[in-house]
Amino acid sequence: MATKHIKKSQKETDESILGGDHTYGSVNEKISSIVLTKEFKPVWLFGFAVALTLFLVLQISVGRLFTHYIGIWGINVPVGWGFDIINFVWWIGIGHAGTLISAILLLFKQQWRTSINRFAEAMTLFAVACAALFPILHLGRPEKFYWLFPYPSTFGVWPQFRSPLEWDVFAVSTYATVSALFWYVGLVPDLAALRDRTKHQGLKVLYGVLCLGWRGSARHWFRYETAYLLLAGLGTPLVLSVHSIIGLDFATSIVPGWHATIFPPYFVAGAIFAGFAMVITLAVPLRKIYHLEDFITMKHLDNMAKVMLATGMLVGYGYAMEAFMAFYSGNNYEIAMMKNRLIGHFAPFYWALIVCNLLAPQILWSKKARGNLVILYIVAMFVNVGMWLERYIIIVTSLARDFIPSSWHDYAPTIWDWGIFLGTFGLFFTLFFLFIRFVPMISVFEMQELVHKKKHGH
Amino acid sequence: MTHDEEEKLYGLMAEFDTPEALVQAAERCRKEGYKKMDGFSPFPVHGLPEALGLPRNKVPLVTLCMAILGALGGFFLQYWVNVIDYPLNVGGRPYNSWPAFIPVTYECTILFASFGAVFGMFTMNGLPKPYHPVFNVERFALMTNDRFFICIEAGDSLFELTRTRRLLESLKPHGVYEVPS
Amino acid sequence: MKEEASLLAQVREKLQGLKGPQFWKSLDELADNEEFRTYLKEEYPYGAAEFDKPVDRRDFLKLMGASLLLSGLAGCKPQPLEKIVPYVKAVEDIVPGKPLFYATSYLFNGSAIGLLVESHLGRPTKVEGNPEHPESLGATNLFAQASVLSLYDPDRSKAVLNAGRVSTWSRFVTQLAEDLESQKAAQGTGVRVLSGPLTSPTLLAQAKEFLALYPKAKWVEYDPVFRDYERAGSELAFGEVVDPVYSFDKADIVVSLDADFLFSLPGSICYAKQFISRRSLPGDGMNRLYALESTPTLTGAAADHVMRSSASDVLRFAAALAGKTGVTIPSDNTPLTPKETEWLNAVAKDLNANRGKCLVVAGRDQTPAVHALAHAMNKALGNAGTTVKYISPVEERASRHIQALKELSAELASGKVELLITLDVNPVYNAPADLEFEKHYLKAPRRVHYGLFVDETALMAHWHVPGTHYLEHFSDARAFDGTASMVQPLIKPLYAGKSPHEFASALLGKKDESGEDIVINYWKKIWGESDFTTKWRRALHAGFVQGTVSAPKNVSAKSGFNPQEIAYPAAAQGLELIIRPDPSVWDGSFANNSWLQELPKFLTTLTWDNAAIISPKLAEKEGLKQDDVVELKAGAGVVEASIYVLPGQPDESVTVHLGYGRTAGGELAKDRGFNAYRLRTSKEPSFLSGLRLRKTGKTNRLASTQNHHSMENRDLIRKGTLEEYSKDPEFAVVEHHTPYKGDPSMYPQYPYEGYAWGMVINLNACIGCNACVVACQSENNVPTVGKKEVLNSREMHWIRIDRYFSGDLDNPEKDHQPVLCMHCEKAPCEPVCPVGATTHSDEGLNEMTYNRCVGTKYCSNNCPYKVRRFNFFEYADKNVETLKMQRNPDVTVRARGVMEKCTFCVQRINSARIEAKKADRRIKDGDVVTACQSACPTQAIVFGDINDPESAVAKLKKLPLNYGLLTELNTVPRVSYLAKVKNPNPELVPNTGVPSHGH
Repeated sequence: MATKHIKKSQKETDESILGGDHTYGSVNEKISSIVLTKEFKPVWLFGFAVALTLFLVLQISVGRLFTHYIGIWGINVPVGWGFDIINFVWWIGIGHAGTLISAILLLFKQQWRTSINRFAEAMTLFAVACAALFPILHLGRPEKFYWLFPYPSTFGVWPQFRSPLEWDVFAVSTYATVSALFWYVGLVPDLAALRDRTKHQGLKVLYGVLCLGWRGSARHWFRYETAYLLLAGLGTPLVLSVHSIIGLDFATSIVPGWHATIFPPYFVAGAIFAGFAMVITLAVPLRKIYHLEDFITMKHLDNMAKVMLATGMLVGYGYAMEAFMAFYSGNNYEIAMMKNRLIGHFAPFYWALIVCNLLAPQILWSKKARGNLVILYIVAMFVNVGMWLERYIIIVTSLARDFIPSSWHDYAPTIWDWGIFLGTFGLFFTLFFLFIRFVPMISVFEMQELVHKKKHGH
Repeated sequence: MTHDEEEKLYGLMAEFDTPEALVQAAERCRKEGYKKMDGFSPFPVHGLPEALGLPRNKVPLVTLCMAILGALGGFFLQYWVNVIDYPLNVGGRPYNSWPAFIPVTYECTILFASFGAVFGMFTMNGLPKPYHPVFNVERFALMTNDRFFICIEAGDSLFELTRTRRLLESLKPHGVYEVPS
Repeated sequence: MKEEASLLAQVREKLQGLKGPQFWKSLDELADNEEFRTYLKEEYPYGAAEFDKPVDRRDFLKLMGASLLLSGLAGCKPQPLEKIVPYVKAVEDIVPGKPLFYATSYLFNGSAIGLLVESHLGRPTKVEGNPEHPESLGATNLFAQASVLSLYDPDRSKAVLNAGRVSTWSRFVTQLAEDLESQKAAQGTGVRVLSGPLTSPTLLAQAKEFLALYPKAKWVEYDPVFRDYERAGSELAFGEVVDPVYSFDKADIVVSLDADFLFSLPGSICYAKQFISRRSLPGDGMNRLYALESTPTLTGAAADHVMRSSASDVLRFAAALAGKTGVTIPSDNTPLTPKETEWLNAVAKDLNANRGKCLVVAGRDQTPAVHALAHAMNKALGNAGTTVKYISPVEERASRHIQALKELSAELASGKVELLITLDVNPVYNAPADLEFEKHYLKAPRRVHYGLFVDETALMAHWHVPGTHYLEHFSDARAFDGTASMVQPLIKPLYAGKSPHEFASALLGKKDESGEDIVINYWKKIWGESDFTTKWRRALHAGFVQGTVSAPKNVSAKSGFNPQEIAYPAAAQGLELIIRPDPSVWDGSFANNSWLQELPKFLTTLTWDNAAIISPKLAEKEGLKQDDVVELKAGAGVVEASIYVLPGQPDESVTVHLGYGRTAGGELAKDRGFNAYRLRTSKEPSFLSGLRLRKTGKTNRLASTQNHHSMENRDLIRKGTLEEYSKDPEFAVVEHHTPYKGDPSMYPQYPYEGYAWGMVINLNACIGCNACVVACQSENNVPTVGKKEVLNSREMHWIRIDRYFSGDLDNPEKDHQPVLCMHCEKAPCEPVCPVGATTHSDEGLNEMTYNRCVGTKYCSNNCPYKVRRFNFFEYADKNVETLKMQRNPDVTVRARGVMEKCTFCVQRINSARIEAKKADRRIKDGDVVTACQSACPTQAIVFGDINDPESAVAKLKKLPLNYGLLTELNTVPRVSYLAKVKNPNPELVPNTGVPSHGH
């Protein structure tokens, strides 16, 4: 009975997540052609130009940082972390949706993931790349960043493994590595498809090398599927652990506003929330420009909207708990911190955050709203901003007003803080534009599988 | 055809339009007693491994071993560094503050396991492989697009060119091709 | 000789082009004179030969190159050739890495503070108090601490200047001789010498000799922070000028009539110690202080009761109080308010009940009448001879500075003055505005300036002669109680300057008499030839001459005053302007000292600026807030000043500090704040009514290090009254959030055997005088960061003094709390460092490994006390050579991008450990004295081994008043505080609302 029901819904899904009347070939044709064509869409060129410009801003800002040192930023004592760590947490968070879509949804056998997992994973990689910059840039002596890795140094000393920052080193590098593997493994059969499709001899060789000589053998597929499933199985706890550990950066400290046990889970929820917002931000224009409406259907957007709504509520619960515990604890410092956010010095930021992350998504309860691209896009934008504000609230307001009033001081970002923040968008989109132009942005073989399933409804 | 021509042959290949046909073909050939054969498809075809009678694959085992290695290695690194090689009084915490060592141990576990899964899979699949005879068949290039192939290798004890060809043709393939090695 | 002249021509040419004084040390060097040859012989015995032959252009260029290099080797200057005597051990030879201590004295506001100066291989690096000297008793004030930096100030004047062009000493002397020769006939009618207060016996003798030589000449003394009123007052009371010397340790009740005796009087270091000795450990015999203030001071902050008053009304209070204590006074037609009267009655009652055991002190800036009344009251209350004695003035001539300067500038105006010699004073900058000294100064046809800097006066003088820093010359001076103190050099003059005595002897026409000989000859006259060397050595060794304390004079104040003597001011209308020396740059003479510029001024915590200080009420009334720029119009002048709103400031008065608005005298001194001298008049130099204040609409951000003044109901400073204390001695230990009983840690305790270093800071003793902050800075090579960085809260002080206001906003309680690294046993900063750059020693020190730090700043974020400091830029100056010489070689100079913080002076612990090991014993209690501890005049800071139950620190930690900061976080700090106990008059508590503990 239950199984039958599942089958039914499964069937529906197949219908709604793959529009048009596609064959194995047509799918391959449609997707590969985006890569194999010689022409560059003007939209693409324009976007890429903008991205490169921003990327240049990043290079200038970083250059300035390395020549004039970290004092050019707005940070101070007490506020030792500012835009650097805010951006770090924000970018890492965005990454999480990718892994979630490709890994967790795979485990749950959610067919609809198929057409979005590839670029979602790419998004993860690029977001992590942006995030990974900051732990290095935020050092007073960035040239010594490698001291955080455990290698036998001439000092004879080692990293200090009790530090959450050290956990970050392992978490983030593991996350980056595994995401890259996951992405590449998924890419191998498609590279083979490109190899077989392209007429250009050079490209043939290139793709041939990149796909490691893939030949679609049953034996290979057999192991391939197991490995892919295992990776998904590993990626799921990994993605949960990464943002939990980021949460621990704060939770393990004693700073009022950081020292909260709820952080790890609510950081994870926030990450997925932010990630899906970003996926929508990217998917909506993509399907339009490359006419992928058949592959990225309204059903996908609808599902993503639902996930956003759900995680948004989780995050909201996080805020509520944070506030409640602050007062319930009866702890003088926690209460003062919370008052600062609710009615005090930092109230504007806090309520802006509530509007963006808590109120804005509520509109997604309505199916109409979920079906309306404009509304969906605006909500996604709100969430992107809101999640950044959340990190600002957590990091800056807690540090600026902690235990000893004599040391209280505010934080104001400088032009160089902004430069690096905007610059990371440059890096992200530069990579992303290259990706959509030179790599199949939708998994060909998985789509063909989908076509197969659609045909036979199993 | 002569004996040494057979020597240069890698096997016989049959092309099908649908995965179902491929699975049936595989089952049939297996019944005939063929062992050294392989199917080729643009995407994983369900039932094909069973039809070909493939053994359990070892990827999960390798992954498990690597996971255990990662866990032990990760914790030992921290233990050795903090307790044996260079003990330091850090905020009055004991040298072996194991609860603080859990996250890194955890990450190492996952990292190694993933390596196990991916590189295990590639090695056992014998990838990367710069050259393989099946590519000598012209139409094989269409496989990744929408074609399905089965190939019986000449190395199989039962392989006998004419008889095997008859068998494959009896499966109403799109075509049967010799695969030069 | 001709050759030298031609060379000098070349030199001048060259030097016109040369910017950046540190590139060359002195002209003599380039001019290849005798001194430079010997210098070379000492430095380069082989190379010297070449320099003996006359110099041609090529050699000159070589020489320029050499001097560029040599300037870097300034640190290698040899020990002085004069015999100077180490304080503790004989100086057969210098053991590298082993500092030597020499006794000397520092002249501040005309009075000598005895010092022991630490010298590393001939470089004086750190100043300590001289325990045997009466004005030091082992402690120092912030000015003495910072003075060592002025020695190495790269902006110091380095060459004799003639009309702004480089010249030489010999040429100057020739010129001076001519000028004086021409005056001989007229007996020096046209000659005027202007110097600071003559408290140096030798210099005084030289002055007398000079005046004997030129009977019609005048030697004028002027110090912008003068004691004229005090002297007029004592003349009014005693008929002659005497200096009062107080014994606060004998006084149960102290009444301050606008007197900041804890900080700004000569002798304050000793007074603070005496006063605090009666209240540092509360209990019976705890003294009580009533303070009447016209502007908040440290003394007011330490007082049990503060009454705010306009400066002019202080006389009314004084008279009324005098009336109640048995002094006959003329009646006042504008009586005090009931509240004020009630307050006075209580004070009077207390005084009368403690006859002979109380003390009334009048403030330097109060009018003669107030001083007279104070003397009269002390007599009437039988304090004369017990809590206060009178000695003949330390400044022997006891002249009235303002009056003298007024006459001088009048003579200048009338063109009487033909030769004006200013000796270590800067009248063009710091003369009262109405004298228009700047204008008249130029009327003198020949102007000679002697001083450490090319300051405002030097720029307008024909001749400028570089002076020597007190660590570069021999001299002597009298302390506040008359004790003759010795000044001996620790290093040869860095820039071929001349000592004041050498300069004076030039005035006397004596050629090239060495400063040492001058001082020795003076004392030879006093002591006679017999056994002189022993006496001399003993004096230098001790730093002062035994038994030169002035004997008490038998004088008696009059017991009544008539209306002529005491004229009550008309009821003040409009705003009142209060002019005080700056808490950190004083009269402006320290304006080029970065340590002092960046030192948070107590109560305001301002740095790098002065401000117009107003009360919250006035701010409200005028619609002003901090940083607003206002125009102040008073007396002769107008200035634009930024507003600082200070609770406790009287509502009708605006306080401004001197010492800013300099236009010359060093890169740091220039163009900061506003020049309050412009508002000063010779008639009313300290306060005047009728100030007009106008908003300009402009703003100028003031860099204050503490912008939040309330404790937010947090248990940071815990305080109570003596009553509460006697009822419940443990009142301070009550936690607001009681931590989990039993061990709140899931981990086992780390065992600390052997030494366990810890500290107790006694809030009853701390007066917030900032001496510890500067001491720490000079001991630990703490860099300064400049105003821009302070504005972004990036100052680097390892110890800071937090200041909180509590109670009534208009007249709040002001409390100080020194905060340094707590060296927590469960330090939150350590586990969060990813590279293990901050860890614990097995003696409980929280240690920073600078060269391991990568600068994540996580430790600072996680430090609840926010005592960690980060090098956002390359703050430590690694370019200016002279500044390098000041650095303490035992302490790392931190690089950019690393975290730093208090180390409990680990370098001192280790040197004590070495001594102990050599003697094969444990480190004794008292062997290790941290820099902050040794500088503290009131011994508020106690450091030692808490594992040793006999140590002073361990004993203090057992007291019921002992509490830790934020202990509820389970950081287990090694630093703890003794809660503050005040001793208010039970009859007054309600109206001055001393709050109960915690809040």
